[in-house]
Amino acid sequence: MSTFLWVIVPYLCLAVFVVGHLWRYRYDKFGWTTRSSQLYENKLLRLGSPLFHFGMLGVVGGHVIGLLVPRSWTEAVGIGDHLYHYAAVGGGLVAGVMALVGMGILVYRRRTVGPVFSATTPMDKVMYAFLGAAILLGMWNTIAGSVFSLGGEYNYREGVSVWYRSFLAFQPDADLMARAPIGFQLHALVAFGLFALWPFTRLVHVFSAPVGYLTRPYIVYRSRDSRPGPGSTPSRRGWDRVG
Amino acid sequence: MRVMAQMAMVMNLDKCIGCHTCSVTCKQAWTNRTGMEYVWFNNVETRPGLGYPRTYEDQDEWQGGWVRKPNGRLALKAGGRLKKLLSIFSNPKLPSIEDYYEPWTYDYETLLNSPASENFPVARPKSLLTGKDMQVQWSANWDDDLGGSQEHAARDVMFKGIEDKVKLEFEETFMFYLPRICEHCLNPSCAASCPSGAIYKRAEDGIVLVDQDRCRGWRMCVSGCPYKKVYFNHKTGKAEKCTFCYPRIEVGIPTVCAETCVGRLRYIGLMLYDADAVLEAAAVEDDHDLYEAQRSVFLDPRDPEVEQAALAAGIQADWIEAAKKSPVLRLITDYKVALPLHPEYRTMPMVWYIPPLSPVVDVVKETGEDAEDRGNLFAAIDTLRIPVEYLANLFTAGDVEPVNGVLKKLAAMRSYMRDINLGREPDASIPAAVGMTEEEMYEMFRLLAIAKYADRYVIPSAHAEQAHGLEELATDCAVDFDAAGSHYDQALLGEGAGYPTPVAVENFRMLQDRQTSDSLAAPDDKASRVNLLNWDGKGTPEGLFPARPEGGER
Repeated sequence: MSTFLWVIVPYLCLAVFVVGHLWRYRYDKFGWTTRSSQLYENKLLRLGSPLFHFGMLGVVGGHVIGLLVPRSWTEAVGIGDHLYHYAAVGGGLVAGVMALVGMGILVYRRRTVGPVFSATTPMDKVMYAFLGAAILLGMWNTIAGSVFSLGGEYNYREGVSVWYRSFLAFQPDADLMARAPIGFQLHALVAFGLFALWPFTRLVHVFSAPVGYLTRPYIVYRSRDSRPGPGSTPSRRGWDRVG
Repeated sequence: MRVMAQMAMVMNLDKCIGCHTCSVTCKQAWTNRTGMEYVWFNNVETRPGLGYPRTYEDQDEWQGGWVRKPNGRLALKAGGRLKKLLSIFSNPKLPSIEDYYEPWTYDYETLLNSPASENFPVARPKSLLTGKDMQVQWSANWDDDLGGSQEHAARDVMFKGIEDKVKLEFEETFMFYLPRICEHCLNPSCAASCPSGAIYKRAEDGIVLVDQDRCRGWRMCVSGCPYKKVYFNHKTGKAEKCTFCYPRIEVGIPTVCAETCVGRLRYIGLMLYDADAVLEAAAVEDDHDLYEAQRSVFLDPRDPEVEQAALAAGIQADWIEAAKKSPVLRLITDYKVALPLHPEYRTMPMVWYIPPLSPVVDVVKETGEDAEDRGNLFAAIDTLRIPVEYLANLFTAGDVEPVNGVLKKLAAMRSYMRDINLGREPDASIPAAVGMTEEEMYEMFRLLAIAKYADRYVIPSAHAEQAHGLEELATDCAVDFDAAGSHYDQALLGEGAGYPTPVAVENFRMLQDRQTSDSLAAPDDKASRVNLLNWDGKGTPEGLFPARPEGGER
């Protein structure tokens, strides 16, 4: 069972994530977009969207540090467990609350503003469910485990993080996850579900974060001839039927 | 000097009757799709009026276009790259759908399915965004023909500086129409605002396009364009804009809006310009100098030096010939009657306008004086602050001088041609008063008033040797084994083997032949055609199908 949950499922999700993105980029560049609904409604978005996105950037940054940086490294540069713990919980709470409140506003907006609601796809709804669940479980792990110490002390840097690195190194150690508290297990499973969904949702826009804008010249010139030749653009979804 | 060619347009506002045919045909051709209901690549505004989207010209509000920084360099008014990226999660300056209008349809089914009843059934307006009943409150032309202008027109930002003089009372107002498409600027701020780099200017003809495969829907172009001529398709999540009908232009026929203009007021032709001089010209200090600065960027293809440089820059000889004959060049450079729309946005727009004389003529007429007399018209142009200052706010960043110059030329042409039309001796002093020769004035009259099709549109086709690069081909089928397997089979079978001629190119060619041939009844290839009345339906006699080209490639 633990092999299935902590080896097979994660690798399946990872494979879907990678291959899905390649497929989507190859066959649906036209559909690769943020699918913004700002045109319909601006006031709530103005508040919710930056809160959510900047919060999420913090959350992702926290995960990168927490999962990928081994405990021995931080100790080597003189950051003790205690200091690390405070920084992680403090930063995590701020980012998490921002993301959660932002997402709350955005979901409320999506449900109550007519045009936004009718522009919501089933895929969006599934994605929101997974994303929301992942954030809530993550917050619960932080609050319950670290702040109130419910269910005993658990240092994820000795458990989940090590498993995650072993997973990325293709030498997964399923036991580490099997011994983790249920909250962490659920959080990880939901997150992997989200990764599997990722290529088929609007989340793909994360990978087109336009950092190249900072360095490219303002005006882009392109020649007719620089387009790829006939046939190299695959058939695509194209325009919706009129009516 | 780096010579580049730009497809440009001039519109003669005196002839615009505000019929919206251009808007409707453009809509039918390009934006008749879900997600684009509210979008008009071409729209016609009544001025004074709020425009579409409402008050789009108020750049203090919308922050479109460029500004000149104190150090003399240009910067995007809405902020530079870093600021754009930081505000990417919620574009602070995006017009909402209410600034355009909420698109709607009518519930026609009620009319059809209604049972017999005492009261006549009513087709209710239904929002195309929500599908629910809605109250129609605004649309792209809500203030058409000054409708409701008592209430709205005072908010027209082009009244800045002349608010005190403006009277919007019915009897004293003036009015003209302003058709607008994308300006295909030399220094497009939409392209500069695009974080993804999806908006590009075509090196061959300067047409500004959005790469639909690279657009990621960040919406910065919508805010960046001061003319608000980039639109967000709310169904596909991509930006779309006027394409200058490039598939038509590539085969040498005018845009849909120009082709269908009943007033025949649009002119399309090439302008050559020095790409290296654009930024400097766009950054001149005084807004009033921008009109002259932009004109200084243009190159005269009749100058042998320019011609040499153009050839060296890879511009084909037939394009240079077309540039020499360009009606746009004549109107902008020779007669100097065309002016850019809002040069103060510093984007170097390339759709120019001949300001209307009619508001001035109307005023003179109302006083009972002779409205075709040069003296009366000149005096009126000099004394009327409105509408001349209003026009100047639109076309020369508020500088009245160039507008005065153009209006006087138009007034002079009016009175000079009246003498000719009435069989009187033409008065050579009239053209001389506006610095033109009699011949020039007559030629200008031919171009503006007679406006023959061939004079209005001088459009060289894209080069055949580049045909495989024509963009519509990229969306077409081809002998590509990977992407189009079925055509692989076709190629083996022989039928339709080889590169197919793109459908649109073929049709546009036929259309052009039909439009430009002398007679429908006696086409050149009449001898080789078959009279279908005598055909018994068996076999395929010679000439039943058009001859295959040499090599039998089709």
